Amino acid sequence: MTLYLVRRLVTMLLTLLALSVVVFVVIQLPPGDFITSYIARLSGSGETIDQAVIDTLRERYQMDAPILAQYWAWLKGMLHGEFGYSFEMKLPVAQIFSERIGISLAVELLAVVVMWAVAIPIGIYSAVRQYSIGDYFATVIGFFGLAVPNFLFALVLMYICYVWFGVTITGLFSPEYMNAKWSLDRFLDFVQHVWAPVLVIATAGTAQLVRVLRANLLDELNKPYVLTARAKGLEKRKVIMRYPVRVAMNPLVSTIGWVLPTVISSSFVTAIVLNLPTLSPILLRALLSQDMYLAGALILFMGVLTMIGTLISDLLLAWIDPRIRLGMVGAN
Amino acid sequence: MNSTIMTEAAADLPEDSSTVRGTLAGTESQWQLIRRRFRQHRMARVSLYILILFAFCAVFANFLAPKDPLKVQARYTYAPPQGLHFIDRDENGDWSFRPHVYGYKVEVEPEALRRVFVIDPSKKIYLNWFVEGHEYKLLGLFPSNIHLFGPERKRDPLYLLGSDRLGRDMLSRLLLGTRISLSVGIVGVVLSLFFGVLIGGLAGFYGGWFDAVTQRTIEFLRSLPTIPLWMALASAMPSDWSPLRVYFVITLILSLLGWTELARVVRGRFLALKDEDYVAAALYDGASHIRVVMRHMVPAFTSHIITAASLAIPGMILAETALSFLGLGLQSPVVSWGVLLQEAQNIRVLATAPWLLAPGLAIVIAVLAMNFVGDGLRDAADPYAR
Repeated sequence: MTLYLVRRLVTMLLTLLALSVVVFVVIQLPPGDFITSYIARLSGSGETIDQAVIDTLRERYQMDAPILAQYWAWLKGMLHGEFGYSFEMKLPVAQIFSERIGISLAVELLAVVVMWAVAIPIGIYSAVRQYSIGDYFATVIGFFGLAVPNFLFALVLMYICYVWFGVTITGLFSPEYMNAKWSLDRFLDFVQHVWAPVLVIATAGTAQLVRVLRANLLDELNKPYVLTARAKGLEKRKVIMRYPVRVAMNPLVSTIGWVLPTVISSSFVTAIVLNLPTLSPILLRALLSQDMYLAGALILFMGVLTMIGTLISDLLLAWIDPRIRLGMVGAN
Repeated sequence: MNSTIMTEAAADLPEDSSTVRGTLAGTESQWQLIRRRFRQHRMARVSLYILILFAFCAVFANFLAPKDPLKVQARYTYAPPQGLHFIDRDENGDWSFRPHVYGYKVEVEPEALRRVFVIDPSKKIYLNWFVEGHEYKLLGLFPSNIHLFGPERKRDPLYLLGSDRLGRDMLSRLLLGTRISLSVGIVGVVLSLFFGVLIGGLAGFYGGWFDAVTQRTIEFLRSLPTIPLWMALASAMPSDWSPLRVYFVITLILSLLGWTELARVVRGRFLALKDEDYVAAALYDGASHIRVVMRHMVPAFTSHIITAASLAIPGMILAETALSFLGLGLQSPVVSWGVLLQEAQNIRVLATAPWLLAPGLAIVIAVLAMNFVGDGLRDAADPYAR
């Protein structure tokens, strides 16, 4: 297990390094270096900027040094928690992070939990009662979950709530709790608002999870050991829950690896449509105004989150499945 | 197993021996088997017809569109959809078949003091087939101004799906958007197919360090949240690029992350086929690598590639839609489904003009149909498997 853990950690570090290169390339992509364009934008809107500030910035990001040195300076800053400064919002990136990261994580984790909590019972039901009305219903809903883009679902939900029930479901807090300290009231207010984004984010992933679990379980249900257990007189319900479901869940754990990128991607779009106070609208604004250092830090951050999630899922899988732990499956 | 299939195939064949090829009576080619298997998938067949209809709309968008999709009509902003009526009743109470719609009148909403358009049943606008309208080029080649249908008098309003903020006709815009959105999906998949087959093929055929590097790269790309990364790449485009250039760069960006799945499929097939006897035989016979690949291996899994590609198209379309919706993909005046939905971002706009969501319906139908066709192809791709 230790060996596996070490190998896994080394892979993750290398992946992170690769990601940082990709992000740095993205930062460098817009034509011209960004301080020049920043100055151009400022003077375009009639503001002036102190030459001293420009010099500090050039120094800080080593703008005049070769590209590798620039990359190194940037990476070193990232590692020290100096994420840079958002020119758009006139705030340190670290501060923007700390204000919003909690909400982002809460919404995403909640979506993952809901996804699993909904998908597992539906998947088991669909497999055990294959071709029943409920199974067909789940399949049809699942297909729609895959075909309806998140933002469209959010828009339709928004429209229905507004026109039929007179409720606006944008945001995560009512105006009076927007900037308040956490309290029971604020928490209850949060719960009243959070269902909509969670519903939207969870839908597509749920559909896929149901499909995977249903297919796995259908394979398992026809195996002789199920028949043996039944023949020995075990109750059908107990047999299913105790043996085939456990086996069928196994590949499902490994799906966390792709569930997380999907969740982060879809929460991104959803948060923008529903105007949530998460990191996503910040990233969109940063990208639209080509505030590339902020955008880069955010993308790197989302990537790190995904990788930590994948690591956790891999460790879980190794813990459940000895074949992986011993390097028989995951090794190649 | 093969023999049972052959007898089955023989039983289904018509007596006419002209359809029978080869020395063994009753052998069907792999493609014939695939086509037959596909036809058995009812949803896939229906979906295929729907997609053909979509493709027809895309190709003849200009001809089908009753109005100029780009023409701003400030007099008709957020005009609601007009119902289409077929049976006309004149003053004498006689019935006749004459398609028409009703005109609009302006009312002022008492609370918001806002101008709104309401349907006015006293004004009838008759429709005609093959009317003259705005100029366009059919198939991009032949200049024409004939449209399938339109109002009898050219200046009358005709908004079957309503109009947008600038009074542009949603139906015409939707038709034009179908062309762009579908083509983004197809061009994007062709590009990813190129990367995927090249890289996956090399990795699968030669193995070794190149395979290892490819595998790691694919794993890496698949572990990233795609939408933020796509957006970052798209946002780096200079804003003064021409729409056509933006279009190609966007499809390139989409395929840059989309080739991984195809490469995985191709690599898997190459690995599976590499050890087949007939491949070894061809190699020992002195055939060049490229000949072995193109002549002996690729035909064995073309159907798998087609399947994987067809399942990748809806993903591309959804991605383009999301990017454009967020304002980082295609930009107006180019019209795609995502660009159209951008108009519907605001809840207040949605409440006044819910018909702006119509492109969303088109997306859902197209993506569902593509998924079903892909499913049908997947089942049919390997007609020998049971």
